[in-house]
Amino acid sequence: MTASDRPLAWTGLRGIRSSRLTVPTVTAVGLAALVASVAAAVTIGAVDLSVDDVWRTVAAHLGLGVSPLAPLQDGIVWELRLPRVLTAAAVGAGLALSGAVMQAVTRNPLADPYLLGLSSGASLGAVAVLLLGVGLLLPVAAFGGALAALLAALALARAAGPITPSRTVLAGVAVSSLAAALTSLVIFWTATGDAFREILGWLLGSLAGARWPAVAIAVGALVVVGIPLLAGGRVLDAFAFGDTSAAALGVDVARTRSVLLGGTALLTGAMVSVSGAIGFVGLVLPHAVRLLTGPGHRTLLPLSALTGAIFLIWADTAARSLFDPRELPVGVVTAILGAPVFALLLARRR
Amino acid sequence: MTRVSDRTGVPGPVAGMTADRVRVEAGGRLLVDGVAVDAPSGTLTAVIGPNGAGKSTLLRALAGVERPADGEVRYGAAEAYGLRRRERAKLAALVEQDATTELDLTVADAVALGRLPHEGLWGAGEDRDEIVAASLDAVGARDLAARSMPTLSGGERQRVLIAKALAQRTPLLLLDEPTNHLDVSAQLTTLRLLRRVAREGATVLAALHDLGLAAAYADRVIVLDGGRVVAAGGTLDTLTPALMSRVYGVDAELLAHPRTGRPVLAVDLPEGAAED
Repeated sequence: MTASDRPLAWTGLRGIRSSRLTVPTVTAVGLAALVASVAAAVTIGAVDLSVDDVWRTVAAHLGLGVSPLAPLQDGIVWELRLPRVLTAAAVGAGLALSGAVMQAVTRNPLADPYLLGLSSGASLGAVAVLLLGVGLLLPVAAFGGALAALLAALALARAAGPITPSRTVLAGVAVSSLAAALTSLVIFWTATGDAFREILGWLLGSLAGARWPAVAIAVGALVVVGIPLLAGGRVLDAFAFGDTSAAALGVDVARTRSVLLGGTALLTGAMVSVSGAIGFVGLVLPHAVRLLTGPGHRTLLPLSALTGAIFLIWADTAARSLFDPRELPVGVVTAILGAPVFALLLARRR
Repeated sequence: MTRVSDRTGVPGPVAGMTADRVRVEAGGRLLVDGVAVDAPSGTLTAVIGPNGAGKSTLLRALAGVERPADGEVRYGAAEAYGLRRRERAKLAALVEQDATTELDLTVADAVALGRLPHEGLWGAGEDRDEIVAASLDAVGARDLAARSMPTLSGGERQRVLIAKALAQRTPLLLLDEPTNHLDVSAQLTTLRLLRRVAREGATVLAALHDLGLAAAYADRVIVLDGGRVVAAGGTLDTLTPALMSRVYGVDAELLAHPRTGRPVLAVDLPEGAAED
């Protein structure tokens, strides 16, 4: 028993920890639930395949045994369902993590990963290439749009001095509005029929097009940017009482804010580029985790990522199977689930 | 090499804090101009002066939070701004004026933030809970530990913020208006606590509005006006009627308390000043 586990003989015993549940336990449970969700979600879909066959197919592609399915069904499992489920997990994790960081950096509980105009910028880029008919370039254009929006927002936030939380939020609002207006203009001017439908799906957020390249982008961004962001937990805790307090605890406030904003923006930009702007995951899940484990960021960040992954897997599974054969954009599902939760959170806030 | 007291946990003894020619500007305005500070360890120094004199700005510069445009701040023999931020935060703690949080932190969590400079990326230090408990004890707030920060009264919050600074276990402690929002008994309790922290070897600097409190509890005073030091030294020698008249425009004098003999402040507007 280490000193920190030893119970203290005073009434504040429970108050002294940010969480009643220990981090390793919760993380282990979360990881197990994530693996189980992936395994379960690949067995669900429009084509009726047995659970056993699906798992054996996946195992076969991982070099264990032989696939029991015909090539067409094998393709459905390995080329469509599995990459889609994995993309959902990575995007959910990335968005929830970005949201948690963004809320802390801006000290704004209503902040989400798209705060700096990232989704609007990405939409503008995506809509432009969709209308030009060069769909292959979509992730690149969306990422480029997100990055341009980020740079514009940061330049605006910085124009009048150091980057403060309120200036960041306001700059994001300005850039968002402009990009959204330009997107509407482009759609209004040029879109017809099918293109319109495709654009709408993308604007609402959809994982329908997710294949292995999408997995590579989303998982890659999560590993390269997301995992280092997890290490920001200690520093984010220091911001609880504001910038001066963080500085007095040894934090380089300006540098930390720039690095964390940049990191979340890159992560969000990558996620938006493969999935469109899926709403509410990055806003609501960090709050839900906070209600469970308290506001300490060393627990909040990894658990937000885990719950985000699990949540989006199931939201997307619902999106593709509830109204079979029609498919809903997953952003609609997350909003339908997320908006009431969010309203509840607002109502609880004094 | 440092002694850790069982009462407030202040490490010490250390060599105090000195500063020279400190100049701070913001937005083209000179807020602190050529200020020198000499605060030996084991003493409580009150920084006093009228509103806008530069007290808060000076404290921020001394606490290592805002690098002055010019001048030198030394913690013991070390040049403060030559140290890494983390190291600086292990030597000097700052209790801000009116610091609040939107997060639903418990009091114990808030105090534990003071341990951050001492902790690694993931883990809490092994001694964290003990230090948090001892810091809450020192301010008489142990029974608040499980309370949520947003539910505290102004006085309770102030004590918790002081506990957070104590949990930082720094030899230098700076406080900006620590008696703000406190009732008279809580003001005296706070000043007594600061004095005790100083007696245990810390160097304590507190910006104070209340000259009476400064006179009764501070070993030394630094009087600021318009960003400059107009007087500094031992409290009783420095707070003369002439000085208080010049800086505050009041007719004030330190008297001995009829029963305890402690200095108390008798203050009035000068003869001939406008009456209501």
